[in-house]
Amino acid sequence: MAKIKLAKDKIEKLIDICKSFNNEGSELINVLHQAQHNFGYLPAEVQEVVARELDVSVAHVYGVVTFYSFFTMVPMGEFPISVCMGTACYVRGAEKVLEELKKHLKVPIGETTEDGKFSISCLRCVGACGLAPVVTIGERTYGRVAAGDVADILKEYQN
Amino acid sequence: MEKYKMHILICGGTGCRASASELIQSNLENALKAKGLEDEVQVVTTGCFGFCEKGPIVKILPDNTFYVEVKPEDVDEIIEEHIIKGRQVMRLLYTDPDKKETVSDSKHMDFYKKQIRIALRNCGFINPENIDEYIARDGYSALGKCFEMTQQAVIDIVKASGLRGRGGGGFPTGLKWEFASKNDADQKYVVCNADEGDPGAFMDRSILEGDPHSVLEAMAICAYTMGADIGVIYIRAEYPLAIERLKVAIKQAREYGLLGKDILGSGFNFDVEMRYGAGAFVCGEETALIHSMEGLRGEPTVKPPFPAESGYNGKPTNVNNVETFANIPVIINKGAEWFSSIGTEKSKGTKVFALAGKINNVGLIEVPMGTTLREVIYEIGGGIKDGKKFKAVQTGGPSGGCLTEKHLDTPIDFDNLLAAGSMMGSGGMIVMDEDNCMVSMAKFYLEFTVEESCGKCTPCRVGNKRLHEMLDKITEGKGTLQDLDLLRNLSGVIKDTSLCGLGQTSPNPVLSTLDNFYDEYLAHVVDHKCPSGQCKALMQYIIDPELCVGCTLCARNCPVDCIAGERKEAHIIDVEKCIKCGACMDKCKFNAISIQ
Ligand SMILES: Cc1cc2nc3c(=O)[nH]c(=O)nc-3n(C[C@H](O)[C@H](O)[C@H](O)COP(=O)(O)O)c2cc1C
Ligand code: SF4
Ligand code: SF4
Ligand code: SF4
Ligand code: FES
Ligand code: FES
Repeated sequence: MAKIKLAKDKIEKLIDICKSFNNEGSELINVLHQAQHNFGYLPAEVQEVVARELDVSVAHVYGVVTFYSFFTMVPMGEFPISVCMGTACYVRGAEKVLEELKKHLKVPIGETTEDGKFSISCLRCVGACGLAPVVTIGERTYGRVAAGDVADILKEYQN
Repeated sequence: MEKYKMHILICGGTGCRASASELIQSNLENALKAKGLEDEVQVVTTGCFGFCEKGPIVKILPDNTFYVEVKPEDVDEIIEEHIIKGRQVMRLLYTDPDKKETVSDSKHMDFYKKQIRIALRNCGFINPENIDEYIARDGYSALGKCFEMTQQAVIDIVKASGLRGRGGGGFPTGLKWEFASKNDADQKYVVCNADEGDPGAFMDRSILEGDPHSVLEAMAICAYTMGADIGVIYIRAEYPLAIERLKVAIKQAREYGLLGKDILGSGFNFDVEMRYGAGAFVCGEETALIHSMEGLRGEPTVKPPFPAESGYNGKPTNVNNVETFANIPVIINKGAEWFSSIGTEKSKGTKVFALAGKINNVGLIEVPMGTTLREVIYEIGGGIKDGKKFKAVQTGGPSGGCLTEKHLDTPIDFDNLLAAGSMMGSGGMIVMDEDNCMVSMAKFYLEFTVEESCGKCTPCRVGNKRLHEMLDKITEGKGTLQDLDLLRNLSGVIKDTSLCGLGQTSPNPVLSTLDNFYDEYLAHVVDHKCPSGQCKALMQYIIDPELCVGCTLCARNCPVDCIAGERKEAHIIDVEKCIKCGACMDKCKFNAISIQ
């Protein structure tokens, strides 16, 4: 196995998480949820520690991480932006909002701006279809967003 | 609830929380305290009222006043006028768009008139985080009743009710319970499927947010009939509020002895755990769901064996959908005959739909089976937004199809929707108007399927990708007539040869749009035009020389300098160079620029 480069306290935290699920391989998904909650993302080093602690192969962990879209191997921005691409938002023009965001931030979907401030991702129905199209930034939800609103919304975070 | 003279219910559903309902709640509480009314008036946070379009919703009891689109700054007026002086705040009442009259009681609103609420009976009425309120509305009495009956007697009631699974398949629930009960094993499981993968649907989420105990009670009833002592709720990690409410509900039920050992002195043990999905649509399929619960990649496997024989950890497992479960306690309490008197011959009871898209009243509705699409769209839904023309309604999510004008009078039930080329699905209902391109719609769903296919079998993994490529080509204006035949043929192959329900249904959006909107495909392929103006590659920005005054604003804003013209003379766009950014149209103050 490759040398693990994570900081010591982080490794310990991971070991604790695995322990809280009795180091059972069948709890892998719950462990990954916890790990992502703590570290924000699941880099290879984290997956290696989890594999070792749960006594499963790294390939198995990697297979699960890449199968589920909720898990990410790249860090998100300080203000993660998600555009709802559920059907209700799509038919009400979410695509245009997404285009506008990409234009402003100059990054494609799934990536983070160079300054680490924003990342863009797509979601599927956040349950606020009455407010479609919906964009979330961190914990905040913006409803009835038009492409023309994008610049103003981003301004709130740019200082 | 008796202690208080009045109650203020405030919607705590996801939709209303997105428009500051939590702040309204704390403002209400503070304002009541400031007036010394906190012992007389209680603020209750409920689940979704259904009328999300007009949220945030505040309802006052006992007079049933229903306030819509309430803002945090309206709170003082509500307290001052309504609570203290007993006068309704007229400007916050709902105005009927046809009659132009205000309606203060939701009972009399067109949105609610045709609805019958069984699965949603408590949503918007009780505080989901308080088990006493559930119990006060007959909660857990059905479970008590079941303990006085034999297992088979309970199964017989569910069978006689005619209830069919609400997760999409429509399989008779009672029959499924009977299978699971007949398989002997040392360990059995009850699983609640709360993966709700249809993008644009929020029925299950709203039930769990608004009435979590109804699902817990039903799971316990199911467990009793089949002899299971562990229940698992598989829920999307993207539903933080529903997860939170479930956790609270499970804890309270345990404290009340309604989960755990020897429930209500019956000798029956049952407890519930939670497992979290991680954003994979295919995990809604029951065999995939079970693999995901075991910590594996959520790939479907061949049935048989059905979960009822060999499911979670290889043991007999019964999987039901959230809404299916939410119906159970009422069926036990009110009887199979009552339930089966609602609905059509082969589809009994009601169905919850998440009504959304280009419709005036977006929200969560529950209607008896047999209600027509027209009633749902025009009476409950209030018609199409901005006076536009109705074009299609999509049911069944990525597995379903687009229905048109000619299907509007079809009574909604499992069999009719299937016969019309769509399906019931889990309850997403998306309305589209003349501005929505149906080829793009099919492409949208295929994009989803391609992303969500687990990749296990070739027809689904590769076939759907090819379908998507062809649709993409058509929306780019590069499709041929031959492509249309190919689309149809390939769709048939994918349907026939895929392993699981995802692949077997994924071509439905393509087939139903080909059937119902062939002209629109032809327009893309033959005329290279998108009639609804959605396909970017096929549109052209043009300046109407009659309307253009030559102000030059558009030319100065065009990023690629493709607008030419002298000051005070009509301008002209070089369509070859235009990148269709739309900047010119946004800027023109004389409406001289349009899309063709
Ligand atoms: C691709 C696919 C996705 C599915 N997604 C869901 C879902 O999100 N929720 C659900 O309850 N059932 C879903 N189902 C249906 C389940 O496999 C299963 O039939 C259902 O949970 C059984 O419960 P019911 O009989 O109460 O409907 C899906 C099926 C397929 C093939
Ligand atoms: S049909 Fe598609 S989703 Fe289903 S098993 Fe095959 S590849 Fe996976
Ligand atoms: S902005 Fe409008 S009016 Fe002005 S030059 Fe352009 S098209 Fe003509
Ligand atoms: S759409 Fe954009 S590129 Fe085309 S003419 Fe207008 S401003 Fe220029
Ligand atoms: S589809 Fe975007 S919130 Fe439901
Ligand atoms: S979320 Fe408040 S009415 Fe639906």
